[in-house]
Amino acid sequence: MKKDLNKVLHGIASAPGIAIAQAYLYSKDFEEIRDGIITDTDEAVLNLQEALAKSKKELLKIFGLAIDKLGEKRAAIFEAQLMILDDPILFSNIIKRIQNEKRMPEFIVNDEISKYQELMNQSHEAYMKERSHDIEDIKNRIIRNLKKKKWKSKIENDVIVVAHSITPSDTVLFSRVNVKAYVTDMGGLTSHASIVARSLNIPAIVGLHDATNLIENEDILIVDGFHGDIIINPSEEVIRKFQDKIEKLSRADKELIKLKDKPAVTLDGKEMKLMANLDLNEEVELIFQNGAKGVGLVRTEQLFDNAESFPEEEEQYKYYKEIAEKIYPETVIIRAFDIGGDKVLPVDLKEPNPFLGWRGIRLLIDSPNLFRTQVRAVLRASVNKNIKFMIPMVTELGEIRKFKAMLEECKKELKKENISFDKNIEYGAMVEIPSAAVMAREFANEVNFLSIGTNDLIQYLLAVDRGNEIVSSLYQEFHPAVVRTLSYIITEGKKAKILVSLCGEMSSDPVALPLLVGLGLDCLSLSVSAIPTAKKIINNLSYKECKKLADECLTYPTEEEINKRLHEFFSKKIILKSEDLLGEMK
Amino acid sequence: MIEKKVTIINNAGLHTRPAATIVKIASKYKCEFFLFKDGMNINGKSIIGVMTLAAEKGSELILTFDGEDEDKAAEEITDYFNRGFDEM
Repeated sequence: MKKDLNKVLHGIASAPGIAIAQAYLYSKDFEEIRDGIITDTDEAVLNLQEALAKSKKELLKIFGLAIDKLGEKRAAIFEAQLMILDDPILFSNIIKRIQNEKRMPEFIVNDEISKYQELMNQSHEAYMKERSHDIEDIKNRIIRNLKKKKWKSKIENDVIVVAHSITPSDTVLFSRVNVKAYVTDMGGLTSHASIVARSLNIPAIVGLHDATNLIENEDILIVDGFHGDIIINPSEEVIRKFQDKIEKLSRADKELIKLKDKPAVTLDGKEMKLMANLDLNEEVELIFQNGAKGVGLVRTEQLFDNAESFPEEEEQYKYYKEIAEKIYPETVIIRAFDIGGDKVLPVDLKEPNPFLGWRGIRLLIDSPNLFRTQVRAVLRASVNKNIKFMIPMVTELGEIRKFKAMLEECKKELKKENISFDKNIEYGAMVEIPSAAVMAREFANEVNFLSIGTNDLIQYLLAVDRGNEIVSSLYQEFHPAVVRTLSYIITEGKKAKILVSLCGEMSSDPVALPLLVGLGLDCLSLSVSAIPTAKKIINNLSYKECKKLADECLTYPTEEEINKRLHEFFSKKIILKSEDLLGEMK
Repeated sequence: MIEKKVTIINNAGLHTRPAATIVKIASKYKCEFFLFKDGMNINGKSIIGVMTLAAEKGSELILTFDGEDEDKAAEEITDYFNRGFDEM
C-alpha cells in the first residue's frame, strides 16, 4: 500500500531546530531475549555464574543501603530475590538445560523463571500477581547482566527516535549514536526528553499522544522543533523547502558561535556569568564551543543510569575529576544525586506522591553510605579548587547542617588517609521548594551560594505537575508569585553577600532573560545550546531598563499582565542581528 | 520418609517472609523436603518454587521429608507452620 504523503502531526515544540531523517521506533521490549545455539557450554555456564554474582553484588548494595526505610514487606522481597540467586533447584535445572540443549543462557533463564511466573499468574490471589512482578525484576536483572548490554549497539545512527516516553537511562543509550531528533507521546517542556534535546542541540517534539501508533519504523520524518510539527513521509518538494531552512539556520548558528569568547555584558556594563548545565559527558566539548563560563549544574544522576547499580566512590571520583580537569580554570558545580526512591530500590517502592516523597537530600541523609561515597568522591576531585558542591530538595536548615556534618566527617577521613582535597570547598543549597524560598535569609547565612531551580520551584509553588498534560498550562513561569519569590531569594542572597544563580529551564527562555537580569541575578546556568542566544540577547539589553521592567512586573497581580509586558519588552528591545534566526524562532 | 499434614493459621498466609524462612530452615538439613498442595509438588529448598504456592489462611499442605536427618527437619518445619510463622 502506498503511504500518504505529507501527513502532519502536531505536538509541543520542546526543543528548537529542524531535522530530516528516518524514524526509529523505540519501545522497551527491544530488550528482547535472544535464542540461539551455542558451542561452548562451559563458557555459557561461566557467563551465567558471573551474571549471578554481579546481580548479587548489586542487590546486596541496595539491601545494605536503606534497609530500615524499606519496611518489613519490601525487605522480605529483597531477601527472597537474593535467595533466588542462590536457588539450588532453579539453577541446577538451568545449567543442566544449557548443557543439554546448547541454547543461550538468557533464553533458558527466561524460559525457566517464566514458568514459575506463569504459575503465579494463574492463581486467583491478587498478591500472587504482585509476586510474579517481583520475580520479573530479578529475572530482568540476571538477563541484563548476562547480556552485558551488548544490545546497545543495535540502534542505528542518524535516526529520529520515536518513543512513548524517554527516561534518563534511555538518553544515555542514545547519546552513543547520533540521534537527529526526539519525538514522544508523553511529556511536556520540562520532561527529560526535552531537556536533553535542548542541551544536545537537537529538536524535540513531545506530548503527541499517539505518535508511536501513527509513525512506522523507517518512515521519513521532518521534525520542526520550532513549531511542534512532524511531517510523515514528506514529498520531495516539502523536503527541499525544509533543507533550505536547515541551511539558513546553520548560517545563523555560525554567527552566534562568533560570540564565543565575548562576555555576556549589558549595554550599560553589567556582566552576567553564563554557565552550562551538564547532563551528559558528551556535552563537555559543546561547553567550550558555546562559550560558557564553567558548569553551573552537573546532574550526577547520570551515573546511576550508566551503572544500573550504585556508582562506587572510585567511579564517581574519576567522573568528577575528568569534568573538573576539562573545565579548569572555570568552576564546576556538582549537584548531589537528585534521585527518588524508585531509583535506588528496584522493587516495589511505589510512593503515592513521589514528588512529595523520598528524594534529593532526604534520601541521601537516610542513606549515609551512598551519600558518603559521593561527598568523598567530590572532595577528592576538588584538588584544583574549581569544584563546588550543592544539595537538592532542601526544605529546612537541619538538612543543610546534616550535610555539613557529613562533609566534615569525610574531610576528617580523607585527612587521616593522607588524601588531598580542597579544604575550603564551597557548598550551596538549591532553592526549589517554597519553604526554602521563604527561608532564603537563613539559608543564605548557612551556605556559600544559593542556586534557584525554577522547574521544581514553579511546580511546587503553583502545585502543578509539569508532566501532567491536563494541568501543564497552569505551569506558568511568569506567575506573579513566581516573580515575587525569585525577587525575594535574590534580594536575601545579596544581603548576605553570597552568589545567587538560577539553573532552571526559565534561564533558557529568551523572553524571561530581561526579567532575570532586572531582578539582579549575577549568574545563570542553562542548556549549553541556549548560551549563544542568551549572550546575544544580554548584549542588547540595558540593565537599567531591565531593572525598571522587573520592578514593574513585581507590581502586577496576574500572569497575563506580566507575560504580556515581557513579550512586549522583548519584541521592542531585542533586535537580533540575524533576521533569519528570529524568523525561524518566532 | 515422614509425611506431615499442616494448616496455614496466620492471617497473611504463606507470604514471602515465611517462604524464605522455610527454605532457610530446610537448607540446613540434608534430607529432601517437598510441599504438596493443589496437585503441585514443590521442592522446599527452592525459594522460587515455594513462592509459587498460594496458601491462604486455612489452606492445608502435605509436607514430606526423606533422608537421614528427616526427623529433626520435620520437627522444626512443622513447628514453624504450627506457630503460624511467628505471626500469631
